[in-house]
Amino acid sequence: MPSLENIANNIHVWLNNNFSGPWPMLIEFAIVGVCIISLFALLGLVLIMMERKVSAWMQLRLGPNRVGPVGMFQTLADTLKLMVKEGMTPDGADKFLFNVAPFIVMIIAMVTMAPIIFAKGLQIWDINIGILFVASISSVSVIGVLMAGWASNNKYSLLGAMRSGAQIVSYELSAGFAILVIVILTGDLKISSIVDSQANGWWIFKGHLPVWIAFVIFMIAVTAETNRAPFDLAEAESELTAGFHTEYSGMKFALFFLAEYANIFVACAIGATLFLGGWQPLHFGTGTKFNEIMDYIPSSIWFMGKTFFLIFIIMWFRWTFPRLRIDQLLNLEWKYLLPISMFNILLATLMAISGWYFK
Amino acid sequence: MFLKDYISDVFKGVRSLLTGMKLTGWYALHHKKEKITQQYPDNKDTLELPERFRGEVVMIHDEQNEHACTGCTACELACPNATIKIVTKFDIQPDGKKKKAIDKFVYHLELCTFCNLCIEACPTNAIKMAQTFEHSVFDRTELTKILNNPGSKIREGIE
Repeated sequence: MPSLENIANNIHVWLNNNFSGPWPMLIEFAIVGVCIISLFALLGLVLIMMERKVSAWMQLRLGPNRVGPVGMFQTLADTLKLMVKEGMTPDGADKFLFNVAPFIVMIIAMVTMAPIIFAKGLQIWDINIGILFVASISSVSVIGVLMAGWASNNKYSLLGAMRSGAQIVSYELSAGFAILVIVILTGDLKISSIVDSQANGWWIFKGHLPVWIAFVIFMIAVTAETNRAPFDLAEAESELTAGFHTEYSGMKFALFFLAEYANIFVACAIGATLFLGGWQPLHFGTGTKFNEIMDYIPSSIWFMGKTFFLIFIIMWFRWTFPRLRIDQLLNLEWKYLLPISMFNILLATLMAISGWYFK
Repeated sequence: MFLKDYISDVFKGVRSLLTGMKLTGWYALHHKKEKITQQYPDNKDTLELPERFRGEVVMIHDEQNEHACTGCTACELACPNATIKIVTKFDIQPDGKKKKAIDKFVYHLELCTFCNLCIEACPTNAIKMAQTFEHSVFDRTELTKILNNPGSKIREGIE
């Protein structure tokens, strides 16, 4: 079976044999860029469709079912519509910041994609501080949101952006602590070694109690960080029209929309890598028939399956819970999640030192 | 004591969230059977509306073309936006006494919000909500309806 690792390596070797100087690297940059952009477009289409279908099922509706078989091409038609719409810039807006904000949000979502392992050996950049890189870069996206809210010169946009700032800054903390639990257990920030450490069992099984708590906190914090319901105060369509992207239209709006889904994907991919073993297949015991069957499933399917499972959970949150008020949101973070994750990190450290986890 | 409250708060919160997720999860799994959306223009022939659907106000007439409306104007008074106007007349009864009865029960569909207050106010259950809902017309005057059939009269024994 051709694995994605071999394809990537073969391209690398072939380029190095046929070109000299900086060319192999530049061509690889171009290939990676094209791959990531097309992955984003595809993710946008698939995830928006998935969201609409999941929401319809949870509310006993049908969802889109007119364009194409079971409404599959609905998002394609929507994209076409957004592309031909006018991308208006309001008169009172700060034109430069207004136009640059959606691209900043988008680029940051793309950059966080760099250290993620999509399949066995398929990784863009195996940086040795991978998880720190993702955590730090993803918090920059709040600048794009603030920029959009400020440049729109609109009360609703500014309110939404300010809320988003408060929210992302506070939830970064507990997301960071949840990530730290796994970093303590693995002893490494490099994403490939975090995945390798789960070859004999995923952390969610090996690490028991502290990892379970960390996983729950991570999911909550990530939902807040990606500005999704029940924490979608930055958008809050029932009170702030559309929050920070009220004034955006056409493709610039679509970029915000796409960036939201890309952020969800990245967040869930990180969750799957840290807690559910990345591309590692599900194993019970050693050398059993069950393990062989599981090994036969390609690693990319394992990774995507886990990621989409987590995305489904986040969508499940959105279509079940009512939106929090800003004070409830900050209470939840500073009075509940943060103390619990601080306690949890002590527990995890104790466990890692004493070796009380399954090895 | 504080810590106990704190921990029980957390557990209660998590439990109530899980209860909600259980319900929506059940819906998501059973959406094929449970779905309530109807594909309206496609299923025009087999369309079934819920029993309590409020389409428009109609007056109930029996086979003898008799209704139960006494013309008490309770519905007219109950209506929040003057949808109903009752025009009364006086019938001369066999014993020479005059009795109040309705001449016209005028119903302005264009003003109606389908709030059901008139039906609840009616002491004799003379009117009800019908399940018709395709009300679009080309002329606004067509929406002003007279609900009592021509030549109908009040049923015996209804006061």
